[in-house]
Amino acid sequence: MTSTVIAGKTVEVNDEGFLVDPNEWTEEMATELAELHGVATPLTDRHWVVINYMRKEYFENGTGATVRKLGKASGVDTKELFQLFPKGPAKLSAMIAGIPKPKGCI
Amino acid sequence: MTSTITDNATETVETTPAITKVSIIVSKGSLEGIYPALIMANGARNEGIEANLFFTFFGMDAIHKNRQDHIKVATVGNPGMHMPTWIGGIPGFSWLATKMMSKKIEALDFPDIPEFVEMISDTGAGVYACLASVDLFGWSKDDLIEQVEDIITVGDFYEMAAGGQIIFT
Repeated sequence: MTSTVIAGKTVEVNDEGFLVDPNEWTEEMATELAELHGVATPLTDRHWVVINYMRKEYFENGTGATVRKLGKASGVDTKELFQLFPKGPAKLSAMIAGIPKPKGCI
Repeated sequence: MTSTITDNATETVETTPAITKVSIIVSKGSLEGIYPALIMANGARNEGIEANLFFTFFGMDAIHKNRQDHIKVATVGNPGMHMPTWIGGIPGFSWLATKMMSKKIEALDFPDIPEFVEMISDTGAGVYACLASVDLFGWSKDDLIEQVEDIITVGDFYEMAAGGQIIFT
C-alpha cells in the first residue's frame, strides 16, 4: 500500500493501483485515474454510465460488477465495454470508479 | 521466465513479465471439457489479455449450430463423479447429471455454453475451428455458429499463437 496524490488529494492505493477507501474518491479523480491506467481521455458519457454503475453496485452489493453483469445490466453491451475500456472493462472501470477489483470468475 | 531490471547498477529487482496473450485449444466435447476453457478465455479478456479460442475434434460441438445447446457432462470414465462407472452408463444418466449441473450454472447466473461463446466473441477474442476436424466430420462453415471467424490449419494456429501462451484442454 502506498500514498499517492490524485487530483490534488492524498489517497492510499494498493499494489495494483486500486483506491483502498472508495469513500475518498471524487469525480475529479476519474480522469487522472483513467490516464494513469491507459484509458483514453477525455472520459465520455458512456464511460460515466459504466463508472456510475460500478459505484452503485459496490455500495449496494459490496463488490463491483463483472463484465457479464455490466453487459447485461449497465446499459452498455459487451462489445462497447471493450471499446471504452480495452484492457479489461470491469477491472479498469472499478479502478477509475475508486472501488476494489470486482470479484468473480465470469 | 523472469527478467532482471538493474537499478543504479547496485540493486537487482526480479520481475515476472505479465501474460499478454493466450491461445486456448478446446479438444473435448463434454461440459467439463468446454466450460473451463471458456472461463479461461473470458477471464483473459477481462484482464486485458489477448485471447484466441481454437476448437478441434469433439470440442467443435461447442461451436456447432445444432450441437452447442446439447453439451453433456461425461458420466462414464469420470472418477470425479464419485460413482461406479456402470451407474454412469445407465441410459439417461448423462442427461440427468447435465440437467443438474445446468441448474446450478443457471442458479449462479453463469451463462450457458451458447451465450458464453457469443459473449467471449463480443469481448474481442477470436473463435476458430480446426480444418482437419471440420474435414474429418464432413462439416462446413455453414454448420458452425456465426461467431466462428475462420476455419484454420495447424500452421495458421501456430502463427497466430506466436509470442503467447498455449493452453490445451
